Amino acid sequence: MIQAPMTVEELKHMAGIIRCDIIEMICNAGAGHPGGSLSAADVVTALYFRVMRIDPRNPGWPDRDRFILSKGHACPVWYAALAERGYFDKSELATLRRLNSILQGHPDMHKTPGVDMTVGSLGHGLSAGVGMALSAKLKKKDFRVYVVVGDGESQEGSIWEAAMSAAKWKLDNLTAILDRNHLQNDFCVDDEMPIEPVADKWRAFGWHVDAIDGHDMEQVVAALEAARERPGAPTMIIAETVKGKGVSFMENVADWHGKAPCQTEADQALVEIRRCYCEV
Amino acid sequence: MKSKYRYVLPEIQDLLATKELFAKAKSEPTRYSYADALLKLGEQNPHVVSLDADVSKSMKTTLFAAKFPERSFNFGIAEQNMMAAAAGMATTGLIPFANTYAVFASMRALDMVRNSIHYPRLNVKIAASHSGITPGPDGVTHQAQEDLSIMRSIAGSTVIAPADPTSTQMAVHAAAAYDGPVYLSFTRDPVPVLYDQAFPFQIGKAVLVREGGDAAIIANRDLVVQALIAAEMLARKGIEARVIDCHTLKPLDEKMVLKAAKDTGAVVTAENNIIYGGLGSAVAELLVEKHPIPMKRVGVGNTFAESGPYLEVIDKYGLTARHIVKAVNEVLKRKPSGKVPVQAKTAIRSRAKTKKPKQKPRAGQKR
Repeated sequence: MIQAPMTVEELKHMAGIIRCDIIEMICNAGAGHPGGSLSAADVVTALYFRVMRIDPRNPGWPDRDRFILSKGHACPVWYAALAERGYFDKSELATLRRLNSILQGHPDMHKTPGVDMTVGSLGHGLSAGVGMALSAKLKKKDFRVYVVVGDGESQEGSIWEAAMSAAKWKLDNLTAILDRNHLQNDFCVDDEMPIEPVADKWRAFGWHVDAIDGHDMEQVVAALEAARERPGAPTMIIAETVKGKGVSFMENVADWHGKAPCQTEADQALVEIRRCYCEV
Repeated sequence: MKSKYRYVLPEIQDLLATKELFAKAKSEPTRYSYADALLKLGEQNPHVVSLDADVSKSMKTTLFAAKFPERSFNFGIAEQNMMAAAAGMATTGLIPFANTYAVFASMRALDMVRNSIHYPRLNVKIAASHSGITPGPDGVTHQAQEDLSIMRSIAGSTVIAPADPTSTQMAVHAAAAYDGPVYLSFTRDPVPVLYDQAFPFQIGKAVLVREGGDAAIIANRDLVVQALIAAEMLARKGIEARVIDCHTLKPLDEKMVLKAAKDTGAVVTAENNIIYGGLGSAVAELLVEKHPIPMKRVGVGNTFAESGPYLEVIDKYGLTARHIVKAVNEVLKRKPSGKVPVQAKTAIRSRAKTKKPKQKPRAGQKR
């Protein structure tokens, strides 16, 4: 079993392993969303291997911190983190999107150990996180709730309904991370339907706002840990990221939002990722 | 003489044959009955929480909020957020009751209701007032004539549309005791208190509330009382109609529906809901596969309604006792001749005979 919490160096290495898992899973499945999985890899790694209070042997532990990948299509990153953390055997990753698999095309909380909320339709996860954070307050429990929101997803009106409500109820036990990778299914986020000035928007909605480089592990860890200490309001960490991060031909290319690499592309991607992250 | 009615209050039985039922019977919108039950639940179960979306005064869930402010959450006019947040709460063991109007519960927030509540089978109770065309005056945007059809089509859903204040309170307690999503449908406008406390409410078990062997009227929510009135009208013509309160639309009480079909050979469904996908569809689907007999659906046709006083609107759109009577007469005519009860045959013949000379008064009645 992998030991956590990890140091920043160990986290960087793990983020590479998780990136490799993502490429292998999606190539193997023949379909999936590599771009947004790779952009969120560092944040998800930091959460599962350093920040969150969790017990992989007891996924239903009532006092555990909760994680919701509101941009549920990026679930390969979630599944990889759960497998590497020991929630289920790594061999399951090869079954992604197959019939009878525990790993659905979009996350199902009853099929995958460690998935805290069923997601997939965009604009639901932050609301579910609000519900969980409200429960924690009501039950006087100290677990925290982490939600990764997509920047394209932020075009959904319900995200802003959730934003208002989290501020109303002063949910300082809720941390959201915006995976600001600038691309969505069709085009660039800010061409298709601009969300800027996004930091100002969250601030205006009553949230603490932090802005970081979402691929700088030191910044990621520091921001997530600092958010735990800010009372009175939820925190939004705007993580500036690159869609497809770690694979040269996927980076900043909208077409890699929802396309599987062929075996040759996957092989090249794995070489690049290993060279960058895993040569320790 | 032994009463044909079961669980129906004696004073209601007396009023059914009069035209004064709605004027004289003790009545209440079932949204208020819900609010009373929710308050009681709050006292009994600390896990029950109440979620509102700016209609807490209308639904009187302010009663719960006043008594249990820490367990009451008003999300403002944001039904989508309320539904998905309810799902999040349910993952931690709370029992959220999400209160809003049926149009918003079943349509505005349907994506959340399907994907975040029903798909993960989370223990959320959706409390929907203004269901069907029970908000008469509000007009079409607030008349949820499709909500029951929509909710019935979701996998694993439980859909309950109680007929009166007494059974509504029972339904709310039963929903709280059930582990999983439940859609509860309430009326905006007052409906008479029909039942005594012996009413055996059980999710998925329809209740026979009037005995009869010539035809069966299977109804839900606010059309159960119309079915009872229709049965009285038919009795005057010698036709004894069985009335079944099919409060749980899903899962359908197949046993009771099939028994009614076999016993009477003629079935009419009555629902204040569009005829596509609701009670009429559910019964028709069952009967066509397991016991095909003459059947007719009373419900909203392929149209939107309009504003107006509740009883006038539902009468104009074909949902009152006289429409049910007409439907029963039609199915009786289609019954294979050998099976038509003598009384009913006589009644139809006598109606047919008197039809022509009475053209004028009939037109007058319509007005």
